Amino acid sequence: MCALCGVLGGKDHWTEPLRREGVYIRFSDPAARRRERARRIAEANIIVALFGLTLSDWQADSYVLATRTGKSELVADLAALWPTAEKLAGRRLDPLDPDTIERRERANG
Amino acid sequence: MVDNAAPAFTPVNLITGFLGSGKTTLLNRMLKSPKLADTAVLINEFGEVGLDHELIERIDENTVLLQSGCLCCTIRGELADAIKALHSRRARGEVPLYRRLLIESTGLADPLPILTTIAADPSLRHHYRLGVVVATIDAVNGMSQLDSQPESRKQAAVADRLVLTKTDIAAPGETEPLLARLLRLNPSAPVRYAIDPDLDPSALIGDDLFDLEAKSREVALWFDEAFAEARSRDHNHAHHRHDPNRHGDDIRAFAFSFDTPINWIAFGLWMSMLLNRHGDSILRVKGLLALEGEAAPVAIHAVQQLVHAPTHLPRWPSSDRRTRLVFIAKGLDETTVRRSFAAFVLGQSAGSRRI
Repeated sequence: MCALCGVLGGKDHWTEPLRREGVYIRFSDPAARRRERARRIAEANIIVALFGLTLSDWQADSYVLATRTGKSELVADLAALWPTAEKLAGRRLDPLDPDTIERRERANG
Repeated sequence: MVDNAAPAFTPVNLITGFLGSGKTTLLNRMLKSPKLADTAVLINEFGEVGLDHELIERIDENTVLLQSGCLCCTIRGELADAIKALHSRRARGEVPLYRRLLIESTGLADPLPILTTIAADPSLRHHYRLGVVVATIDAVNGMSQLDSQPESRKQAAVADRLVLTKTDIAAPGETEPLLARLLRLNPSAPVRYAIDPDLDPSALIGDDLFDLEAKSREVALWFDEAFAEARSRDHNHAHHRHDPNRHGDDIRAFAFSFDTPINWIAFGLWMSMLLNRHGDSILRVKGLLALEGEAAPVAIHAVQQLVHAPTHLPRWPSSDRRTRLVFIAKGLDETTVRRSFAAFVLGQSAGSRRI
């Protein structure tokens, strides 16, 4: 909770920010937000698959990240996604690693 | 917004700069400006004696002296507490209504922990936002300070505005190499001269990215210098005229652009993944994004791992409608970042166009 105003602190990742003056909000319409969320999960799966992980929706609010052996963790937003993915994969997820870039380039076709 | 209301998000501006580089003089000039009358000031004292505060002319109920020493390490909790206390007093009407904060840090301070405190504190971030970082650089001693003091390089690298001081007493030929070095270290920050009679000290912190009227102008400033510098670097490199790393600066800036509108989801995933792994090495990222499905650009702005909420500009600041990104980073390879962006965001293995 916010100690200054008593507002319950919600998730406010920059990719899905809370509405306020001047801030870029991708979609306000709930159906469009759901579609955007589904696309985010699909796009994230292309990346986490490079590390043997899958991401799925959890109650249209959070995400579940899982290994091939079924170990899973709930993640709130993209800020939590990458540290959790590194923990589950047991390795660094580095977008500047040449091998990772090459595998992503191959995945792109 | 009505005139007697506090802003929804009060900007927090920072004046940084090495010891003796003219921070306090600049702060005094700012505070004399009627346009900045509604500014609360937090001054960081270092050591037992508050040397700086004795030089500040305006000590009033909107001036807070932070007592516990170096702002970069011991004081983060105190800084957050001081802002919260001031906030409560404003809410109760116990201090004059202020519309912006101005922090003067000690010369020794690394500015990044100050910025991350403002952006990350769970309660402050709902009421305050980062404004503008102004760094003073002394034309006489600036070069040797940049050589010997990593904090000095960080201060120059993270600044939104660089103010060159003491150019009137610098030896002939001393200022130009310093200017060239600052341009390489931080091409997105415009350089102003403290002795310039036309310098409007209030404008240094008055215009920022979140000021809806000023932000197109502000974003245009980020890129004008950055791309001019990159073009010049390429040109000089082609002619073997100089070695851009002759000072061995560990922090450097690079900028690149992309012709194709980009996908917001792919960008968010890539940027958050990059900052998770390399945020400690990335001092700042400033970007103007041409997004698929959007007519107007979106500006993004990050300090280390922390990304400001993206802002939607009312229009493109110029006829150039390409996505542009400027990185100020320590030890990151420009070619690798560009190739990674192309693979993860553009979804293609072909590299982006340089400049």
